[in-house]
Amino acid sequence: MMSPPATPAVEARGITKRFGPTTALDGAGIVIGEGETHALVGRNGAGKSTLVSILTGLQRPDEGQVLFAGRPAPALADRDGWRRRVACVYQKSTIIPTLTVAENLFLNRQAGRGPINWRSLRARARDLLDEYGVDVDGGRLAGDLGVEQRQLLEIARALSFGARFIILDEPTAQLDGPAIERLFERMRALRAQGVTMMFISHHLEEVYQVCQSVTVFRDARHVLTSEVADLPHDELVAAMTGEAAAGYQARSRASRSSAPIVLSAEKLSLAGRYQDVDLAVRAGEIVGLAGSGSSGKVSLAETLVGLHAADSGTVTVNGARPRPGDVTSALRAGLGFVPQDRHKEGFVPLLSIAENATLPIAHKLGRFGAVSPARRRARAERMIEELDIKTTGPSQPVGDLSGGNAQKVVMARALADDPGALVVIDPTSGVDVRAKQALLGAVEDAAERGAGAVLVSDELDDLRICDRVVVMFHGRVVKEVPRGWADAELVAVMEGVDAR
Amino acid sequence: MTETTVTSPGTPGGPPGTAGGTGRGPSGLRLARFRDLALVPAILLLVVVGALIEPAFLSGDNLTNVLQQQTELSLLVLAEAVILIAGKFDLSLESTVGLAPALGVALVIPAASNGLGTDWPAALGIPICLLIGVLVGAFNGLLILRFKLSAFIVTLGMLIVLRGLQIGFTGGQNLFALPDSFLYLGNARWVGLPASVWICGLAYAIGIVALGYFRHGRSVYAIGGNVDAARAAGVRTDRVLWTVFMIGGLLAALAGLLMTGRLGSVAASQGNGMIFTVFAAAVIGGVSLDGGKGTLFGALCGVLVLGLINNILTLAGVSAQWIQAIYGGIILIALMLARVTSGKAQD
Ligand SMILES: Nc1ncnc2c1ncn2[C@@H]1O[C@H](COP(=O)(O)OP(=O)(O)OP(=O)(O)O)[C@@H](O)[C@H]1O
Ligand SMILES: [Mg+2]
Repeated sequence: MMSPPATPAVEARGITKRFGPTTALDGAGIVIGEGETHALVGRNGAGKSTLVSILTGLQRPDEGQVLFAGRPAPALADRDGWRRRVACVYQKSTIIPTLTVAENLFLNRQAGRGPINWRSLRARARDLLDEYGVDVDGGRLAGDLGVEQRQLLEIARALSFGARFIILDEPTAQLDGPAIERLFERMRALRAQGVTMMFISHHLEEVYQVCQSVTVFRDARHVLTSEVADLPHDELVAAMTGEAAAGYQARSRASRSSAPIVLSAEKLSLAGRYQDVDLAVRAGEIVGLAGSGSSGKVSLAETLVGLHAADSGTVTVNGARPRPGDVTSALRAGLGFVPQDRHKEGFVPLLSIAENATLPIAHKLGRFGAVSPARRRARAERMIEELDIKTTGPSQPVGDLSGGNAQKVVMARALADDPGALVVIDPTSGVDVRAKQALLGAVEDAAERGAGAVLVSDELDDLRICDRVVVMFHGRVVKEVPRGWADAELVAVMEGVDAR
Repeated sequence: MTETTVTSPGTPGGPPGTAGGTGRGPSGLRLARFRDLALVPAILLLVVVGALIEPAFLSGDNLTNVLQQQTELSLLVLAEAVILIAGKFDLSLESTVGLAPALGVALVIPAASNGLGTDWPAALGIPICLLIGVLVGAFNGLLILRFKLSAFIVTLGMLIVLRGLQIGFTGGQNLFALPDSFLYLGNARWVGLPASVWICGLAYAIGIVALGYFRHGRSVYAIGGNVDAARAAGVRTDRVLWTVFMIGGLLAALAGLLMTGRLGSVAASQGNGMIFTVFAAAVIGGVSLDGGKGTLFGALCGVLVLGLINNILTLAGVSAQWIQAIYGGIILIALMLARVTSGKAQD
């Protein structure tokens, strides 16, 4: 075990931060040695992102102190001072949708004092994008990009500052396997150059892949800091949850082949995304939809719920044909939906948890368009309980929740109406180990109640609850794998290198 | 030369006329670029219609007239467009158009002509007028940024308060007997065109360059697009917004000054009812009420479209009693057309 160098690169001491009644950090701290990649883990709402905003100078701690290389951090107003010391990929998107990719990359540093030279800006953007292997045109509007591309943009931007300390708050939550691998290679290269990093993720195996040391927060407090090598996986989970770890056990379910088909696609094609896809989901069945980022699985799922209109082919929901490209009509046909981009399509940040979670069933909570607040509250309290949402109560705005807890609200909403068909995209992105169990359990519960579900994910843990996994590659269904697959087998199919 | 695709750099925020791009970008780019010029055909069409209805339309005098009449509106639209791009609102601009020159004048003219009796030197009139515009903007900024009040309700309140102030200290009277210096800018002609047209053109040129080619200008777009992201990128968002409000007030005061000069007096209702036209011109010109989107060039085109329509209606002899309803109706139709041609919802 190497001893940390005399002055740590970054140190936060005794940080306390309150948001009204919530204590997000309670005398917590972190010490990150020069040149190490340090993981910060903890359950949803443990205070990780709050620490990030304090370490990047976006928020002032109520108590406590931040030191960079032993010296006190700059004043909050000195944004340039902060930007020289630390770069960050925030958990919430900081891409400006109305500006181009190129301009987003060089936001507020388009030029020095003089006028902006757009041509050279675009050239610099192209170099940067090429360097990080991001295949996007710098002239496109950032708002038109997919979640993954936007995430890559954030990463490329943060890394391009040349700061000696970089924070990555759940950078991998929206990325697929190869993209994550590329990011890790980048991180290893930066580490070789002596850059210090703080890495936050709910995928604990990633911590073992790229980090040397790890700090665990639980309930706003610092629990432990250790070398990664000295801390086995079980102990890490135990430190996070405060109890011994147990993996999620997928339940066994007898799906009847005679059950009615609740959700189906016939000869569905969308130019450039997927071609000729047939899919049929029976009541009580969970069908996994897997594949790499470019496989078209997300576009396909989004077509099922009406976010896109297919060029040809039909979608049937509970025997009805919702109007293509019309989400409302799909929801009316009895479909529940967890979108991929929760910030954009998932919730209304300023509305309370209760309002968000009951939006689709508002018509059932009262008559003549009125909504009974008492019934809404009761419903919301039940959802908070069932999905274990960490909050001050049903009336807290969703925008104030931690990332993983916001995701649970989105799930609660999808399930609010007891839908007959369910489409969930990356349901466990950004949620902690325990919450993941609650969310997967919720999907299984829905299936037991007779819903047919499509679960889009490339997390093997998620796919394990599926009765069968449909694998897509470059827009086509290449294989259907029944329950009981081996990890290596499925990964090989997803990467397009079918072993057999 | 392989790079021949013409793209707008800050689509849609970028200034028109800069070439470059990779050619990899598909239709999206060209469409955005096209949006910038979307109103040019409409303007040409209106010119043709005008010429058909009334041959005098194309005379230099009439066209100059159209331009001059639109200078005040266009300065307000410039101010409003920048504020809207920054994601905020200012309804009080139209009251500043009246209050700023009224106060500037009242402080320098004798009490006998409805002045306040202070009798300050006439040379101070214009600086005071402009200063008041800046102060109104700063006060709006104070309430909106420091006290975190909604821009909509604050400026709606200011709209009423400022109008009330003007009526209060002028006793509801129009102010005549203005010092010559006050009338100069609204009347003078420089190199064959009214001075106000030059001033307005200059203001737009500065605005287009600042918003298109300077970091602080681009930060206005960033703030309107996503304040948190702008702040995280190191933009001093409050400072930029405050500046934007003050510039807005300044431009409104300038518009009031030009209007005063052109009409030769400060009417008690000066500027009254302009704000709808201001918003309409901005939205027709492609500025989003949601912030972060739109260009000053587009806004200018919006002004020209409305100005031409107004002029054609007058030339066509539409009766004075009806002109308001017809003008308003046409603006609504223009909004619908702009919505259809841009293919995007107006938010
Ligand atoms: N702006 C805010 N207003 C009110 N409460 C807040 C705010 N920001 C965070 N909180 C609360 O502080 C607590 C810690 O949130 P934080 O975002 O730091 O969690 P986290 O560890 O990053 O969780 P996750 O893994 O889900 O991202 C949460 O209970 C959250 O609801
Ligand atoms: Mg977080």
